[in-house]
Amino acid sequence: MRRLLVAKVYFDHNSTTALKPKVLDAMMPLLTSQHGNPASQHCFGRRAHEAIEQARRQVAAAVGAQASQIIFTASGTEANNFAITGIASNLAPAQILTSRIEHPCVTKPAMAMARRGWQANQVAVNAKCELDLQDLQTKLATPTHLVSVMLANNETGSIQEIKAVTALVGKQAYVHTDAVQALGKIAIDFNALGVHAMTISSHKIGGPLGAGALVLNKRIDIQPLLHGGGQEKGLRSGTENIAAIVGFGAACELATQELADFAQHTAALRTALEVGLSQLNAVIFAQQTVRLPNTSFFAFENINGETLVTALDQLGFAVASGSACSSASGEPSHVLLAMGVEADLAGAAIRVSFNRDNTLEQVHAFLHALKQALQKLRQMTAVAA
Amino acid sequence: MERMPIYLDYSATTPVDPRVAEKMIPYLTEQYGNPASRSHPYGWTAEKAVENAREEVAKLVNADPREIVWTSGATESNNLAIKGAANFYSEKGKHIITVATEHKAVIDPVRDLERLGFSATFLEPEANGLVDIEKFKAAIRPDTVLASVMFVNNEIGVIQDIEAIGHLCREHGVIFHVDAAQATGKVDIDLEKLPVDLMSFSAHKTYGPKGIGALYVRRKPRIRIEAQMHGGGHERGMRSGTLAPHQIVGMGEAFRIAREEMHAENERVRMLNHRLLAGLTSIEESYVNGDLDHRVPHNLNISFNYVEGESLIMAIKGIAVSSGSACTSASLEPSYVLRALGRSDELAHSSIRFSIGRFTTEADVDYTIQLLKDKIDKLRELSPLWEMFQDGVDISKVEWAEH
Amino acid sequence: MAYSDKVLDHYENPRNVGSLDKNDPNVGTGMVGAPACGDVMKLMIKVNDAGLIEDAKFKTYGCGSAIASSSLVTEWLKGKTIDEAYAIKNSAIAEELALPPVKIHCSVLAEDAIKAAVADIKAKQAGKEAA
Repeated sequence: MRRLLVAKVYFDHNSTTALKPKVLDAMMPLLTSQHGNPASQHCFGRRAHEAIEQARRQVAAAVGAQASQIIFTASGTEANNFAITGIASNLAPAQILTSRIEHPCVTKPAMAMARRGWQANQVAVNAKCELDLQDLQTKLATPTHLVSVMLANNETGSIQEIKAVTALVGKQAYVHTDAVQALGKIAIDFNALGVHAMTISSHKIGGPLGAGALVLNKRIDIQPLLHGGGQEKGLRSGTENIAAIVGFGAACELATQELADFAQHTAALRTALEVGLSQLNAVIFAQQTVRLPNTSFFAFENINGETLVTALDQLGFAVASGSACSSASGEPSHVLLAMGVEADLAGAAIRVSFNRDNTLEQVHAFLHALKQALQKLRQMTAVAA
Repeated sequence: MERMPIYLDYSATTPVDPRVAEKMIPYLTEQYGNPASRSHPYGWTAEKAVENAREEVAKLVNADPREIVWTSGATESNNLAIKGAANFYSEKGKHIITVATEHKAVIDPVRDLERLGFSATFLEPEANGLVDIEKFKAAIRPDTVLASVMFVNNEIGVIQDIEAIGHLCREHGVIFHVDAAQATGKVDIDLEKLPVDLMSFSAHKTYGPKGIGALYVRRKPRIRIEAQMHGGGHERGMRSGTLAPHQIVGMGEAFRIAREEMHAENERVRMLNHRLLAGLTSIEESYVNGDLDHRVPHNLNISFNYVEGESLIMAIKGIAVSSGSACTSASLEPSYVLRALGRSDELAHSSIRFSIGRFTTEADVDYTIQLLKDKIDKLRELSPLWEMFQDGVDISKVEWAEH
Repeated sequence: MAYSDKVLDHYENPRNVGSLDKNDPNVGTGMVGAPACGDVMKLMIKVNDAGLIEDAKFKTYGCGSAIASSSLVTEWLKGKTIDEAYAIKNSAIAEELALPPVKIHCSVLAEDAIKAAVADIKAKQAGKEAA
């Protein structure tokens, strides 16, 4: 079983990506010999505290923020919930705007604020998966106190013009951005974006699962989601997951060092992939959009996405159908539907996302396997018809 | 190089058992995968491991695996249980009962609910730290919707009568939550018998990793909670957020070890505790905080009169313990738990929590007793209060120029 | 909490621990703080006929910073006139010991102890002159 796993080619890095060996090295002492609780005053506790502060500086540096602006959470999901619920709770209810391509962990807490008198609406995107700024402007005519637009979409990889969003919003609302998919793939400058809060996560960049962060503009007033021992300046109670936080810090430092190389390498792989996909008559989504370098989202007419993913899996390639979180639901991608893609074609979509360890040989082998799988599936469909 | 002291702070956090670390590491390296990715075997392997761990957690407390919801730790479990149940059942009433000596992760969510229109009763425990069942009964009102009482107190280690309180809650239709972060692996928990609706667990107090916990949510009769974290709909919609398989696996293994070894281990810890108790109470003017019979053997909380706790901790650098006066980092307040027991401020300021566990040895205990004797002598030499006590002055009658 | 080396030194090797004869007309005693607040300082000074502080002793119930603050001032007091002693400011103590913000109150307490001891000796001397 294990040999089979190692032999597989993994092209689903936007879902989660392997822990980098150097990150594991940084975490090991905390998983084994060092154990203090950072709240304790003895040297076990002090060491744990220092380790967290070091990680905080590393994470801050990766996004151009100050260490004091980083609030550690257990995940990107928690950071998004914290941002939406926490910021809105301290404001008078008004409109809360998200986009139609946000992750559910942004849209659902926004909708949940309806209970407290908020009105949640979603800004449209165009066929290229770019936020419709015209629509944003129209919707901003209604009193709005919070806006959340993701920096890069997890499915198409499209990068949103957050600076344009903050410029349009001006002083009337706080702006949050979910930068979980962007971190480690493109350069991020928190201050230049002009947002008040930004979510990032460890496990998408070769860090461990179990750590995320909300980057907060110091002027912002936010209610904690978790109340208790008063950790993270009272904004996020709960004993810190030190090993994961230290891993997150190390992964951020590595990601910054490797950013240019990552972009160049994965973009080359994607170009090769998409040349091959075009030859196979794939529909490639958001291809002409400014995208994350490592992501390609595509579909074949009349080929079911789930079926194709399973066929590719048997041939040794791990890819995703739609986003990993909703892939259990069987619904077509909400992102593609928002772009105006027909439900049938949207249901056929599969996503390939690379990291630095993937190779051109793997891409060629993948294209070969894809061709085989398509032939087989089309034959089956033909028989059925 | 700083020599690491003897660790006697198991109630703050336990070391990760090497067997637990060994189980976790493969999930950090080879078997990565998002458990929610159903489309490829990376996800399947992770999901299987997660479900095995869920069974292990359920087994320790005799619950159904389907009643276990993963969280990032006991703080999140407590927040989810209290806010989730209070909000879901708020039509029934908006009164909550809890105890003044609960962990902040229970007190603060209740305070947050008060801000949102709920009312709360914070019961004062008896001088021994235990809740008086009659007083609890008297606190129940027609609009009481939720009660939260911790199983084992983190500072003084006393064990509450969860069964009796649970029966009272059942009789009155009150949802009952129990924070069991300090109880797992120390007391037997049988959720088939215990009338408890919601129970919080933590891995890192039971030799598992930090950053992972669980909430037990009873199925029969079914208890419902409002999710506090929304998103991908993980954990049957009760708690969204990508799960960390290595941490979950670690918690499962830690709870398996606890189930298999707790009885033998607790006997050993009890012997050590008796030795420690005998040694430390031989020091003049020492007072044990909390009931000695209804108590886990892992905890010993003692006040050494006329010695200030923080300076004592500084003096006993050879061991790592917690001071009642400084358990929440920079705060100079004496422990609110000890004050709730009616301890004077002086005694609350002078308290030390010794918490022992799996890797504590008899030699550690003997060293600790000798160290305490020496250092308390030294600090009392320095203490004007000790001098007054020796001179027969009643310190409680002195008028102090507070500043 | 990380303590400075100077705090640690005074804490490990406190100077001038003890008491003087409180009935001696040349000894002034200052006792400040309260057990409920977690610190009590007792400072005793002995003033010679030339008006100089020739001895100082302390006992302190409190944290390491409180012990170090009182130990330090007993060193500083020796050889000073009572007016010079009275002029010692808590900021100088805090600076010398590099006390963190949460421990500044320890230096305030030490200053108060000096002032209380000086007031006591002055009262005793005034009583002596009146007699």
